[in-house]
Amino acid sequence: MDASTEFENGQAKFDAIIAADEKIEPRDWMPDGYRKTVIRQMAQHAHSEVIGMQPEANWILRAPTLLRKAILIAKVQDEAGHGLYLYSATETLGVSRDELVGLLHEGKQKYSSIFNYPALSWADMGAIGWLVDGAAIVNQIVLQGTSYGPYSRAMVKICKEESFHARQGYSIMMALAEGSDEQKAMCQDALNRWWWPALMMFGPHDSESAHTAESMAWKIKRKTNDELRQMFIDQTVPQAHYLGMTIPDPDLVFDEETGHWTIGEIDWDEFWATIKGDGRLNRERITHKVKAWDEGRWVRDAATAYAAKQKMKPDKSA
Amino acid sequence: MSYEVPVAPGDKPHEIQFGGGGEHGFPLWEVFVRAKRGLNHTHVGSLHAPDAETAIQNARDGYTRRAEGVSVWVVPSIEIVASDDAESMFEPFEHKPYRHPTFYEIPEEVGQL
Ligand SMILES: [Fe+2]
Ligand SMILES: [Fe+2]
Repeated sequence: MDASTEFENGQAKFDAIIAADEKIEPRDWMPDGYRKTVIRQMAQHAHSEVIGMQPEANWILRAPTLLRKAILIAKVQDEAGHGLYLYSATETLGVSRDELVGLLHEGKQKYSSIFNYPALSWADMGAIGWLVDGAAIVNQIVLQGTSYGPYSRAMVKICKEESFHARQGYSIMMALAEGSDEQKAMCQDALNRWWWPALMMFGPHDSESAHTAESMAWKIKRKTNDELRQMFIDQTVPQAHYLGMTIPDPDLVFDEETGHWTIGEIDWDEFWATIKGDGRLNRERITHKVKAWDEGRWVRDAATAYAAKQKMKPDKSA
Repeated sequence: MSYEVPVAPGDKPHEIQFGGGGEHGFPLWEVFVRAKRGLNHTHVGSLHAPDAETAIQNARDGYTRRAEGVSVWVVPSIEIVASDDAESMFEPFEHKPYRHPTFYEIPEEVGQL
């Protein structure tokens, strides 16, 4: 088979699999653009899980009770696991873990800009779980239907663990909302600071999103940024009202006709500035990540040396 | 979309090196978990570890944090031998419907068969 027939056959089979709503698997022929887009999206998703541990890990030692502390540790550990599932899925496309980690450290691949906002009070642990994980869940539930098999399977596993994250966050908010005036104010303050960044997590409007059409055609994405954002808004606004809190958006109205909540305009300048690396914490997050990696080098070296030594020993079972 | 970072205007996408080596080069292991007694071990993902013992330990932490399993296997990824998934490999079975019970029409009076 010459190269052009192989390409045509590959493309035809790929198109048929996508049309039939089946999954593309690692060894299948796939267009270069598809491979690159999936690698980029999975890698950034993995980096986000890993960097996302920082704002919460920072509060573990300051959790108000032993139970809240145990819960926070479990959540942060889950996020490390999510990073693992996603890196592992990304590697099925022939890119090495070290390269992915290197791209993050060099700033060539990014993570979600939501993690460049500081977690200022304990209420932020509530707001992050409820809003940030909540937004991630809306996105990830839909991504279970993504066309790349290993990505889809990673999403299924992650979704099973995420609802604990959102619920523990909301439970922190509920405790504060039922507390003293000062605690209620903390709760409202955290909602005020995290609401807009959470909405920005869904990305630019569909009309501004360069790659949406292609990703939708390849079924990597199954719903557009605006569709997902609206799903999140509709589920979250009543939850804020249940807490007795106010959504920090004077233009927020319920549209009786459509049955959807309509929001005011998102500050896109802030959004792009954070993505380009002007966010307050961009530098700190990466510096901390690189430091942890460098300080762990002796552990990796020791493990490698130990494994090599074990291999040299005569086999005990023989 | 969450956890997906849009390309900022003026940003150039980086190049990816396929098959690039790593600094530490821990080998890759495939992880299989038996969810409960009576079930097969099922593939759940992969991880890097310097040796089998560490791979098992990491698999426990990475893939079974909520009693998802009662037993774990790890297999060096390079030891897996895969089929050629071309259609020709599995196609012949489509022409052998007589291998399925539904191929045979049996009168109802015959009863359970
Ligand atoms: Fe996660
Ligand atoms: Fe989470």
